[in-house]
Amino acid sequence: MTTQPLLLVSHVCKAFGGVQALKDVSITLKRGEIYGLIGPNGAGKTTLFNCLTGLYVPDSGQFVFDDKPLVCNAPDKTVRQGIARTFQNIRLFANMTALENVMVGRHARLRSNVLSDILRTPFNRREEQATKDQALQLMRYVGIAHRAHDLAKHLSYGDQRRLEVARALATHPKLLCLDEPAAGMNANETAGLRQLIETIRADGISVLLIEHDVQLVMGLCDRVAVLDYGELICEDIPAVVQQHPRVIEAYLGSGAHA
Amino acid sequence: MDIFLQQIINGLVLGSIYALVALGYTMVYGILGLINFAHGEVVMVGALVAYSIMTALLPTGMPPVLLALLALLVAAPVCMGLAWAIERYAYRPLRHAPKLAPLISAIGVSILLQNLAMMIWGRSYHSFPDILPAITYDINGAHISLLQVVTIALAALTMAVLAWLIQRTSLGQAMRATAENPAIAELMGIPVNRIITLTFIIGAALAALAGLMVGANYSVAHYYMGFMLGLKAFTAAVLGGIGNITGAMLGGLLLGLIESLGAGYIADLTGGFLGSHYQDIFAFLVLIGVLVFRPGGLMGERVSERA
Amino acid sequence: MKMAGRFLARLRNPNGSSMHWVAWVVLGVLLATMPWIIGASFGNTWLRILNFALLYVMLALGLNIVVGFAGLLDMGYIAFYAVGAYLWALLASPQFGLHWPLWAILPLGAAVAGLFGVLLGAPTLKLRGDYLAIVTLGFGEIIRIFLNNLNAPVNITNGPQGISAIDPVHFGSVSLARPIDLGFTTLPSLVAYYYLFLVAALLIIAIALRLESSRVGRAWAAIREDEVAAKACGINTRNVKLLAFAMGATFGGVAGGLFAGFQQFVSPESFGLLESVMVLCMVVLGGMGHIPGVILGALLLTLLPEFFRHIAAPLQQSLFGKVFVDPESLRMLLFGLALVLVMRYRPSGLWPSPQRRREIDDVLNTDAPADLPVNPT
Repeated sequence: MTTQPLLLVSHVCKAFGGVQALKDVSITLKRGEIYGLIGPNGAGKTTLFNCLTGLYVPDSGQFVFDDKPLVCNAPDKTVRQGIARTFQNIRLFANMTALENVMVGRHARLRSNVLSDILRTPFNRREEQATKDQALQLMRYVGIAHRAHDLAKHLSYGDQRRLEVARALATHPKLLCLDEPAAGMNANETAGLRQLIETIRADGISVLLIEHDVQLVMGLCDRVAVLDYGELICEDIPAVVQQHPRVIEAYLGSGAHA
Repeated sequence: MDIFLQQIINGLVLGSIYALVALGYTMVYGILGLINFAHGEVVMVGALVAYSIMTALLPTGMPPVLLALLALLVAAPVCMGLAWAIERYAYRPLRHAPKLAPLISAIGVSILLQNLAMMIWGRSYHSFPDILPAITYDINGAHISLLQVVTIALAALTMAVLAWLIQRTSLGQAMRATAENPAIAELMGIPVNRIITLTFIIGAALAALAGLMVGANYSVAHYYMGFMLGLKAFTAAVLGGIGNITGAMLGGLLLGLIESLGAGYIADLTGGFLGSHYQDIFAFLVLIGVLVFRPGGLMGERVSERA
Repeated sequence: MKMAGRFLARLRNPNGSSMHWVAWVVLGVLLATMPWIIGASFGNTWLRILNFALLYVMLALGLNIVVGFAGLLDMGYIAFYAVGAYLWALLASPQFGLHWPLWAILPLGAAVAGLFGVLLGAPTLKLRGDYLAIVTLGFGEIIRIFLNNLNAPVNITNGPQGISAIDPVHFGSVSLARPIDLGFTTLPSLVAYYYLFLVAALLIIAIALRLESSRVGRAWAAIREDEVAAKACGINTRNVKLLAFAMGATFGGVAGGLFAGFQQFVSPESFGLLESVMVLCMVVLGGMGHIPGVILGALLLTLLPEFFRHIAAPLQQSLFGKVFVDPESLRMLLFGLALVLVMRYRPSGLWPSPQRRREIDDVLNTDAPADLPVNPT
């Protein structure tokens, strides 16, 4: 494995109207890392996610992923390059089955086209079968295989989160971006999620994690970056970050650190 | 030059009518997110009812202005009742149905009304009686009739009243709140259903007026007139940014001007290749052009994709 | 409906019941003998209507790809039907003295219609549902207006008069416009067309079914459900949407070509907005996105109004001794009423897919809130 970082975010700025959501943010994510992105509400975490995954175009700055610059405003290309994501408020294909959801995740990795779809060539049949098998395997991996044929919207909240992770993993990413995966989960579900994220990392996929659950982040992440009002306050291992005066200020308000 | 001015005048008249009808579309869309396909037919009913009243009362020898007023006094309530019924029976039960269901229902109502009108008034074109003396003024070689002046003025006045109603009264406030978020509005104690009904009824009153104006200005009314008119007016509403009241007025006027100028000049522009019967194309070409560059319409918010 | 559903279940389920192949055979025999039965018992008028029903099945399935699969509301769909029909009319009629054969025109018609589909799709990619509806509607009208007026200064479409004396569908020297002698029996023209249309419709059904459960079909459904999430899954939404427009348009183009050859006459009147609306109603009324439902919708909306048209006058005559209401307008009146009533009592269509049906019930029962707006941070 090279020592080159997997993801290099340099000097990214993004404004909405008058609000500067991201101010010159630069972070580095190493291969095989679980990297936490924390900060109060409105700090710009999801904006950074959206810029990274091509849903927003940053005003300036750039992303280098796996030694190649990322194309902005082309989410499908970002996925092909190996970045997958989940959403803060779950965005599943509600009226498709759980299995179909995961199969959609395979889309960018498949080579069938309309013509082979219509003709049902032997290649197409093999690929469809393989897609289905892989999707089922991923569902077992995240532990919801028994819900494969239920509509996504009929799954429980925790299962929907897991399904979204499975769908993201189906794109065969090098980096998995999770946007507040533990939001709304009880302690049990959170523990399960933590286990899942560790397994994913152990299988060679780096994880970028936005999370409010500080305990989860500090226990799980190798390194953490803290954003406040669109600015990067610090980027370090959890133990150091926890002691950083500006982090304490951002979280508890000024005057809290005596 | 006089052709240009003439087309501007014609465009303003046409545009005022479009604007009145467009308001009905835009108000309903603003509140329900529904293309009220049947609105054009309400205009048609307004025009035909007005026609019937006027021709029935013509032998009494009343002055034509009074006739028109009486016709409007009958046509407006008829249209309002019709709009109430449409909302109550064709749209309200579908408020939580999948998105296309109300649209199909609206199309159904539209077809229903057209054919009912055909049964009542027949297939023929009815020539509208004159409601104002045929006085014409001359401006720099262009002609403007008293009727045209009254049409533009009346439309402007109506729209001013509507703007006042929506911006300055508590009813308007309730309407705006409902448009913004019906669920919250309801929690705030606004009788959402009544507001929606009222919106339909106000739109229908404007439609009745527009129907009378169309009939008077183009001297003709028939069962099929609502269709194209409705389509154009809806286009105007979209052009201005649907859901936006000012946008509808602006879009209506703009569309009227574009159409009449376009029809006046298309032959010159294309070296005689395309004639004035391509007039109807302008509405749609402009619409497509505007939406490509400003997907929210002229006055609408830009709809950015949300992540 | 229930019986039809059970019948269909049998067709689908090869191992569940030993009846399944019997069901297929029954269906096959029914379809094959249909024109003879109809022709013998109801006459050529109804045979002709049956043929039109098949054309509408093709159209509805094409529109279903755009509206039902990909969730893009297209209200100008009939334009592609027009493109296919006029292409046939121009390349196989005395208009330009061209007489191309079927195997050349039909694929070309499909391709050109597909191109028009892309042409319509490209500028509308970013538009939301209702804006899309009105732009597509405008597009349909533009096409019709051009067809109506392109007779001067250069006469291309022959204007409102339309193009007549179009070559009928023919294979070599065998023309479908005349009875075909098969040796053991003669095939009346209308029956021959029926078989041709049936084959075309079955082909289109097969293609639609395959597309539905394929990579691209899943991508369409994903876009319909949540475009942003679809992008995040690596779907190039632009291309996939254009593909939906093109694919749907292709079906329309084929149906249009067949229509021109069958009718041997085309005029702009056949391609008005009402036709677009009619096809849309078939899709929605039948059950959007559900192929059997869409077919049912197409058949019902072609056959029932005709049925009313034919019985309305005699019925009034026998009941009241005179015809009160013009059967044509009565037919449309009932059509409008039916749309309103069906939407009111079965908002997801007459025969929705089992999944969609459940979804509607959910919405109606729970009053579920719409998805929450997302703040950008």
